[in-house]
Amino acid sequence: MKNTSFKKARREFLVTTAGAGGGLALGFHLPSAFAQKTGTVEKADVNIWVAVNSDDTVVIKYARSEMGQGSMTSAPQLIAEELDADWKKVQIEYADTNQHVRMKRAWGNMASVGSQTIRTSQDYMRKAGASARAMLVAAAANEWKVPAAEITVSNGIIMHAGSKKRTTFGKMASAASKLGAPKEVVLKDSKDWKIAGKSMRRIDIPASTNGTQRYGVDTQLPGMVYAAINASPVFGGKVKSFDDSRVKSRRGIIKVLSIDGNAVVVVADNYWRAKEALKDVPVEWDVGANGNVSSASILEFFKEGLKMPDVPVLPNKKGDIDQAFAGATKVLEAEFVTPYLCHAPMEPMGATVHIQEGRVDAWASTQNGEAQLAGVANALGVPPESVYFHKTQAGGGFGRRSGPDFIRQAALIAKALPAGTPVKMLWTREEDTQHDFYRPHAMYKLKAGIDASGMPVGWYTRIASGSLFNQFAGLPLKDGIDGPATEGFAEFPYEVPNQKHEYVQRRTHVPIGFWRTVGWSQTPFAREQFVDELAQATGKDTYEYRRELLKNEKRPLGILNAVAKAAGWGKPLPAGVFRGIATTEPYGSFTAAVVEISVDNAGAIKIHRVVQAIDCGYVVNPDNIVAQLQGSTAFALTAAMWGEITIKDGRVEQTNFDTYRMLRMREMPKVEVVLAPTGGFWGGVGEPGQAPFIPALCNAIFAATGKRVRSLPLKNQGFTLA
Amino acid sequence: MKLNINGRVRELDVEPEMPLLWALRDVLDMKGTKFGCGIAQCGACTVHINGEPVRSCSFPVSAAVGQQVTTIEGISRNSSHPIQVAWVEHQVPQCGYCQSGQIMAAVALLRKKPKPTDADIDSAMTNICRCGTYARIRTAIHAAANGNVGVKKA
Repeated sequence: MKNTSFKKARREFLVTTAGAGGGLALGFHLPSAFAQKTGTVEKADVNIWVAVNSDDTVVIKYARSEMGQGSMTSAPQLIAEELDADWKKVQIEYADTNQHVRMKRAWGNMASVGSQTIRTSQDYMRKAGASARAMLVAAAANEWKVPAAEITVSNGIIMHAGSKKRTTFGKMASAASKLGAPKEVVLKDSKDWKIAGKSMRRIDIPASTNGTQRYGVDTQLPGMVYAAINASPVFGGKVKSFDDSRVKSRRGIIKVLSIDGNAVVVVADNYWRAKEALKDVPVEWDVGANGNVSSASILEFFKEGLKMPDVPVLPNKKGDIDQAFAGATKVLEAEFVTPYLCHAPMEPMGATVHIQEGRVDAWASTQNGEAQLAGVANALGVPPESVYFHKTQAGGGFGRRSGPDFIRQAALIAKALPAGTPVKMLWTREEDTQHDFYRPHAMYKLKAGIDASGMPVGWYTRIASGSLFNQFAGLPLKDGIDGPATEGFAEFPYEVPNQKHEYVQRRTHVPIGFWRTVGWSQTPFAREQFVDELAQATGKDTYEYRRELLKNEKRPLGILNAVAKAAGWGKPLPAGVFRGIATTEPYGSFTAAVVEISVDNAGAIKIHRVVQAIDCGYVVNPDNIVAQLQGSTAFALTAAMWGEITIKDGRVEQTNFDTYRMLRMREMPKVEVVLAPTGGFWGGVGEPGQAPFIPALCNAIFAATGKRVRSLPLKNQGFTLA
Repeated sequence: MKLNINGRVRELDVEPEMPLLWALRDVLDMKGTKFGCGIAQCGACTVHINGEPVRSCSFPVSAAVGQQVTTIEGISRNSSHPIQVAWVEHQVPQCGYCQSGQIMAAVALLRKKPKPTDADIDSAMTNICRCGTYARIRTAIHAAANGNVGVKKA
C-alpha cells in the first residue's frame, strides 16, 4: 500500500463515519465508553491504523486474527515503533470488518494463515506508523511555527530542542488528523528499534488467566437460543429424512430442522438440551457412492498417482535425469506416505448470528474475518455492507478457521428462526473431528543417482496429493500444480545438476484445507529423510553431506550450521543416544532441527533433546518466536506419533481425544530455540518450526534403530513415546 | 437447586443430570470454564469441588449441591493468585482456551503439594494444550511454588 492510498482510505473513512451519523467533526467521535468514564476524552483517528486519545493513550488497529500466534502484539509493535509511541500507553483493537468492506479493504488482507501477518503487512503497517508520526510532528510544527525537521519524538512526547517546547500525542492528535498524510516516509533501521525487536508481553495473555478472555463460543446475547448440529457423517451425504417425534415436546426444545440438505439441527434454550436431544433424532442419510470409500481404497488411488505417465512437471526442472540415472554409480529409490490429519483446536467450531432489519451481526473465532463476513452475506443473500462480523480471540486455529463453513450453518439456522432471534451454534468435539478440512494425505516417490564421489547427479520427485487450493479454495490449478502440496520441492535448495519434480492431483471426497505448516509438515518427511539415505549410502556424515549440497545457498546453509553448532553436532553422545538433523525453508523463513533420542527394545522413543533454529530475517518479538517454536514442536510431535484420520464407509473413524491422541505434559520434550536472524527479509514464525522436526526425529530413529520410517504415524510402525 | 459457587449461593432450575459445565456456562453465564471434549479427556472444563479438581463436563450439576464449587473466576481477586501471576510472567498461554482448566489443575496441585516435583507435575497436569505450552506451564508452576513471582517486570 502506498501512502497515497492512506489518504484515499482515510477520506473514505471520514465519509463513512459521517454517513453513519457517528462523526462529531471531521474524523472525530466520542467513544461512549470513554465519554462515560471521563466525560472529556476525545479520540482522533490520525489514520486508519492509529488513533490517539486526548489522554495520550494510543489505539492501534490490528487487522488479522489472534489465535495464540501472538501477532496481535507483535504487529502493533512495528506500528508503535515507527510512531515512537509510549508502549505502556498503547491499546490494541481489531479493525472493524464492516468498515473494512465499506472502505474497499482498506486494512489489506485480514487472513491469519501461512505465517504471513508480519511478512506480508510489515511494510504498510510500518509506513502507517511513520505516517501518523509525521502528521503529529507536522501539527506541532504548525503550532510552534518551527520546521518539522527540527522536531524529535520519543515515547509519545513531541519536542523542539531550540525553543524548548514539548507536547504530547494526545494534544496534537486533533490537529494532526486534519492534515494530509505525507507523500513519503523513511522507515527506521532495525538496529534503532526500541519497541520492535523486544519481548513485549502479549496483550491478550492476562485475560487468558482469569476467565475473562472471550472466544467465539462465549458469545452471549439477550434472548439467545442454542443450536446443536449433526451433519452427514459421510462427506457429501444428504438428509433423506429425520424423526423428531421423541424430542419435540422435551423441555427447552424450540425447533428441529434440516439445513443445506446435509445437516440436522436441534435448537433449544440451552446448548446441553439441544445436543442431548440431537442424539435422539434418528436421521436417514443418502450417502451415495462415497459410502464405499475407505482408507485402503484411497491409498490405492494415490498409488496409481505415483505410476501415471505424463503428469505436470514443476518449473524448476534442470538437465536430463534419465541420462543422469544411466550414468550414476548407484541409484536409490524410496516411497513415503503421510496421512490425513485433523486440526483439533481446543475450542470447537461455533458461531453466533443475529439477524435484524437491515443488519446482521455475527461472532465467531476465525482466522479470516473477511471470509466469515462474506460467508454470512452469501448464506443469507444480503449485501456484505449489512454484515457486522465481530472477531474474538480464537481458541486455536491451525488453519481450520480460514473458511466460512460453520458460520454459514449458524446463519441458515438464524434465518429459520423467528425474526430477530439470536442463535449460537456449537459443534461437539465429535462433530469437529469428523467434519474438518483435513491436512491432505500424500504419497511421495523419490529417486536419486549418486556418482563416484557420493554426491547426487540426478534427483526425481513424484508427489501424489490433494490440492487444497483447488478443492478448498476452489481455484483452478495453474499448469496442473498445487502450491502447498509441492512446498519443499518447488524451490529445491540442494545442488543437484539434473532434477525433475512432478505433481499429480488426487481428489477424493475427503475435504482438505490449510493446516499448520500444511505442505511443509509432510514434504520434508520425504525429502529430508531421503537426503539422509543418500548420505548413509555413501558413508558420509549427514550434516556434512547437507553442507556440501547447500554450499551455494547462503541462508539454508547458515541455519543448518546454526542448529548443528548449538546442538554440538559431531560431539560424542551418551551411550544409546542418537541424533538426527533436518533443514527446511518454510514460509519465507529458514528452520533446522536436531533431535536426540534413545529407543528401547520395545520401540519406546525417549526424546532427550530438541534444538530448533530459525532465521526469520527480522525478529519482532523474540519470546513469542520461542513460544511458537516450542508449540510447533509439540504440534509436530503429536502428528508424528499418533496423527491419523482414517476413513471407513466414507466417514471418519476418529471421534474425540480418546481416538485422536494429543501430546500431554509428561511427553513434552524440552526445546532449545536458536534465533539466528540475518536480516534483509521478513519470514514467518508461526509454522516454520514444524517443518524440520519430524524428519529430524525420523532420521534419529534411523540412527538409533536402522529402521527407515516410510509412513506416518509412528504408532503404526511399532513405536511409542516413552 | 442451590449451588455454592465461588462463595455465593446461586439458584438454578435445571435437570439434575445436566453437566455442571453447561449450568455454569449457559445458565449462570460464567464463561471462564471451557468446553473442549465433553468426555473428561481434555480438562478445559476443570473446576474445583471442595478444592479438588473435577472435569465439569462429566460431573452432574446435582452432585455439586451442598459442595463448594470454585471456578476460574473465583480463585482470586484481581488475578492475584501466584499461579495467575506466574502464568503472566512466564507468558504461558498461547490461544489461552485450555488455560482456565490448566490453572485450576495447577492451583489444586499446589494446595496438595506446595513444592511439587517434575513427576508430581507430570501426574497432576493431564490437561491437553494443543498450542503446546507445557514447558512454560511447568516453569510457571515451579516459580509459583518457590514464591518466585511478582518480581519480573515487562
